Amino acid sequence: MTRRLSLFNVTSLVIGFAFLYLPILLLVVYSFNASRLVTVWGGFSTQWYGALFRNEALMEAAWVTLRIALLSASLATVLGTLAALALTRYGRFTGRTLFTGMVYAPMVMPEVITGLSLLLFFVAIGLDRGFWTITLAHTTLTMCFVTVVVQSRLMTFDRSLEEAAMDLGAPPLRTFFSVTLPLIAPSIVAGFLLAFTLSLDDLVIASFNTGPGATTLPIRIYSQVRLGLSPEINAASTILIGIVTLGVVSATVLSKRSLLRSQRNAH
Amino acid sequence: MPRPPKFASVGAVRRSFAPWADPDAKPLIRFENVTKRFGDAIAVNDLSLDVFEGEFFCLLGPSGCGKTTLMRMLAGFEHPSEGRITLAGQSLAGVPPYRRPVNMMFQSYALFPHMSVEKNIAFGLKQDGLPKDEIAARVGEMLRLVQLERLAKRYSSQLSGGQRQRVALARALAKKPKVLLLDEPLGALDKKLREETQFELMDIQHELGMTFVVVTHDQEEAMTMADRIAVMDHGRIVQVATPGGIYEQPKTRFIAEFVGDVNILEGNVLGQENGLWHVQTPSAEAPLTIDDPDEVLHSGQAVAIAVRPEKMVIQRNPPGPGAVNVLTGEVWDIGYLGDWTVYRVKLASGAILRVTLANRSRFVESPIDWDDQVYVTFAPDAAVILAE
Amino acid sequence: MTRRPFARRLTDGLVPVIPYLWLGIFFLVPFLIVLKISLSDPAVAQPPYKPVFELSDIVSFFQGLDLENFEVLAGDDLYLSATLSSVRIAALSTVLLLLVGFPIAYGIARAPARHRPLLVALVILPFWTSFLIRIYAWIAILKPEGLLNQALTELGVITDPVHILNTETAVYIGIVYAYLPFMVLPLYASLEKMDDTLLEAALDLGSTPWRAFWTITVPLSMPGIIAGSLLCFIPAVGEFVIPDLLGGSETLMIGRQLWSEFFSNRDWPLASAVAILLLIILVAPIVVYRDVEARRVETQR
Repeated sequence: MTRRLSLFNVTSLVIGFAFLYLPILLLVVYSFNASRLVTVWGGFSTQWYGALFRNEALMEAAWVTLRIALLSASLATVLGTLAALALTRYGRFTGRTLFTGMVYAPMVMPEVITGLSLLLFFVAIGLDRGFWTITLAHTTLTMCFVTVVVQSRLMTFDRSLEEAAMDLGAPPLRTFFSVTLPLIAPSIVAGFLLAFTLSLDDLVIASFNTGPGATTLPIRIYSQVRLGLSPEINAASTILIGIVTLGVVSATVLSKRSLLRSQRNAH
Repeated sequence: MPRPPKFASVGAVRRSFAPWADPDAKPLIRFENVTKRFGDAIAVNDLSLDVFEGEFFCLLGPSGCGKTTLMRMLAGFEHPSEGRITLAGQSLAGVPPYRRPVNMMFQSYALFPHMSVEKNIAFGLKQDGLPKDEIAARVGEMLRLVQLERLAKRYSSQLSGGQRQRVALARALAKKPKVLLLDEPLGALDKKLREETQFELMDIQHELGMTFVVVTHDQEEAMTMADRIAVMDHGRIVQVATPGGIYEQPKTRFIAEFVGDVNILEGNVLGQENGLWHVQTPSAEAPLTIDDPDEVLHSGQAVAIAVRPEKMVIQRNPPGPGAVNVLTGEVWDIGYLGDWTVYRVKLASGAILRVTLANRSRFVESPIDWDDQVYVTFAPDAAVILAE
Repeated sequence: MTRRPFARRLTDGLVPVIPYLWLGIFFLVPFLIVLKISLSDPAVAQPPYKPVFELSDIVSFFQGLDLENFEVLAGDDLYLSATLSSVRIAALSTVLLLLVGFPIAYGIARAPARHRPLLVALVILPFWTSFLIRIYAWIAILKPEGLLNQALTELGVITDPVHILNTETAVYIGIVYAYLPFMVLPLYASLEKMDDTLLEAALDLGSTPWRAFWTITVPLSMPGIIAGSLLCFIPAVGEFVIPDLLGGSETLMIGRQLWSEFFSNRDWPLASAVAILLLIILVAPIVVYRDVEARRVETQR
C-alpha cells in the first residue's frame, strides 16, 4: 500500500516545522547581531561570544550545571535501569503499584510541587541547600525518565536470547552482563542523555533547591532574562543549541552505523 | 474450415449462462484500453475487458501482475492513466469511491476495530441515510445470510478468522451493490475452511444474482468458483475463458504452466495430414501426432506441446505397433497421494515427465516400480500445441 | 526450585529495593512533609515555618495542625481565580495543541515510511534544546518592537504594533510551542498504527472523506488524543516559566502563585497549601493518565 501525501499534509508539515524551528533560527541569527538591541539587525558580529566567555558569573554557572548534570544523570541511569529491571523482571512484588505510581508521578507532576516538596524535605533533615541538594533532586526526577526508556526496551526484549546463553552454560549474572546489557545498552545511553538534558535544562526545581555558590545556568539566564533581552544570552543559547544538535546528530549517525554494521554482519 | 469450438461445454459452468457468447449482450463493466502507470512502472498495460451482469468473474495471476490495481481502479482508489472504465454504460471517471455502486471486500477484511459486528455491517447503510428500522432490518438479513446472528454485538478482535471473513462479506453486501469486489477473499483462511467457503460464496452469489469480481492468485479457487477467468500477466490479460477453456485449451505456455500441472515437450512442426499435426521432438523417436485443428502453423515452426499429467498413460509393456505418441524412459520418482499416484519419468532426452494415475482399486499393487523402463503414451487430442 | 546461593539472592533482592528506597525517601517522604507543612502555621523564624514536629508529644502535634492555610486559600479570591484561570488556560491550550498537533502528526503518519523517522526526529529535536531558551526566543518575536511586528509592518498588514507579549495570548503561544512534541508524538504513534484500508473501506461503503475522518480516524486515534491531551494539560496547569516570562501581570496561574508565595512572601505553609490545592486539581487527570498508560503498556505486550 502506498500512502500519498496530499497538499494539505504537506502544508501542515511545512507550517508545523516552520513554527517549531523559526524561533530557534531567529535566536541563532540574532546572536551574531552587532547591535546591542536584540531585535534590530546591526550587521554581523561575533562580539557577544567574546563577551560571553568573559562573563565569569555565566561561565561559573555553566560549570556548576555541567557537573550537576553529569553526576545526577549517572546516578539516575543506574537507579532507573534497576527500576526498569524491577518493573519488567520481578513480576508482582509487594508494593508494585506504589512503585509504579512513584515512577510515573514525578514525570507528570508540576515541577513547582516537586521542587517545593524536595526543598522542604532537605530543610527538615537539615541538609544545607546547594550543589548536592540540586543533584539529589535532579537524580530523583530524571531516574523516572530513564526507567521508562529502558523499560520500553526491556519489554520488547527477546527472552529466548538470555535462555540461549544460559543453555550454553552462562550463569545468570554473566548472562546479564554479556547478553542483556549489551542489547539494552542503546536504551541506557538514550536514558542517560535524556537525564543529562533534563538536568541541564531545569530551572524550577533547581531554583527551589539552590543555595549559595550553586547558581545553575538556567537560574542565571532566567534572572538575566527577567531584566531584559541580552545578546549574550542569545550567544549562550546558540552554543547550547549547537551542542545539543551536534550530540543528537552524531548519536543518530552512530546508531545508524551500528545498525548498518549489524545488518552487514547478518549477511 | 475451422470446426465448431471443441470445448464449448467443458467445465463447471452453469450451462445456460453464457452472456459473453451472445454478441447482443451489453457488458456491465467495461475496461477500454486502460493503462495505469505508477511512476515508471506500468501496472496495467492497454487492457480491455468486459464483465457481464450476474457473472462470477475471477482475475487470476501471479502477484504483481496488475490484478489488484485493476480491481482498485474499479473501486475508485486508483485512476487509469489512460483509457476508460464504464459501469452500466456510465463512465466512472471522476466518480469518487463513495459514490460508486461498487463495494469491496478487502483482503485484510478492514473491519473497523472500534465497532461491533452489527455496527460494521450498518456502516454503509448509515452513509446512505436510510431510516433506522430499515437499517436494522437489512443488518438482520445480512447476519442471517452469513449465519452470524449470535455474534452481532461482538468486536472483530473477538472473532475467528472465518467469522471475520463473513462479517467483511456481509458488510460489503449490505448495500446491495451492483458489483461486489473481492480481493483474495479466502487468502487468510486455512485449507479446509477455504474449500467450504468457496461453495458458500458461490451459493450467495447465485442467491443474490449479483456480479462478483474476485482477485486471486490461487488457480484452484478461481477454477472452482468462476464463471469466467481472466488470466493476467505483466499488466495484460493473456486469456479470458471459462475454467474448462483455460485448463483444456490454454492459449500460451504461461497459462498452461500457471493453471494446473503440465508437461511441455518442445519441437518443430513437420506438417499437417488429415487435420492432424506432426511434430518432431527430441523427446520421442517418432514424430508426435497432435489433434489441435484450430492452430495455424507452418512447417519448421518451433512449438511447445502441452499435455496434462492425467491425460498420459504409463505402462511397462511396449504399446502395439500402430500406437502414436510413444515416449520411453525410466521411473525416477513415485509419489503416492492416496487418490492419485504421481510418477516422474526421465526420458532419454533428459526431460522429466509427470504422469498421474488414479488409484481406482484399493488392493492392486502398483506394477510399476522405481527404475522400471516404462512407456508413456497420450492420445492425439489430449495435447495442445502452443506456438512459441 | 533449587536454592540459589545466598549472595545471589541478596543481589537479586537489591534490584527492586534500591530504586524503591530512593523514590520512597526523595519522592514520597517529601510529599508527606508538604502535606504536613500545609497544615502548620507560618513563623518568622528560619526556616520560615513553625516546626510542630515533636514526636514525643503526639497530642500537640495534632493540635498544631489546622486548616488555617486552606481557609486563607478559600477566603481569598486570588487563589480561586488563579485556580480557575490555570485550568482554563491549560484546557484552551490543550485544545489549541490538538488543532495544531493533529495535522502535523497526520502528515508525518502519511509520509513515506523511509522519511518518517527523520520527521519524528525533527519533532523531538527542539525538545532536547533548553525549554527556557525556547521561551526566551519568543520574547524577541512577540515584543511590541519585536520581529513579528516588524514583519507585519513591512508586509503592510498593520500600521501600529500589536501587543502580544505580556498578554494571555502570548502564554497560549508559548504553551503550544513548548508542548507541541508531547502532543504530536502520541498522536503520531496512534495514527501511524492505523490501517489505511480501514479508510478505504469507509470510502468504499459510501462515506465521504470528511465523514470517514470523524467516524474512523478520530475514534481510532483516541488513545493518542487522550494521552497527548493529558501530557499537555497536566504540566500546563502548574506551568510557571511560560506565564512568568510571556504573560502579563494579570495572567494568573497557580504555579506562579506558588512561586511568589514561596520566594516573595516567604510563606512556606501557604505555598505548601497551594501545592496541595494544585495537586488536588490534577489528581483526576493523573489517575486517568495512569490508566491510559497502563492500558497502552498492556496492549504492547
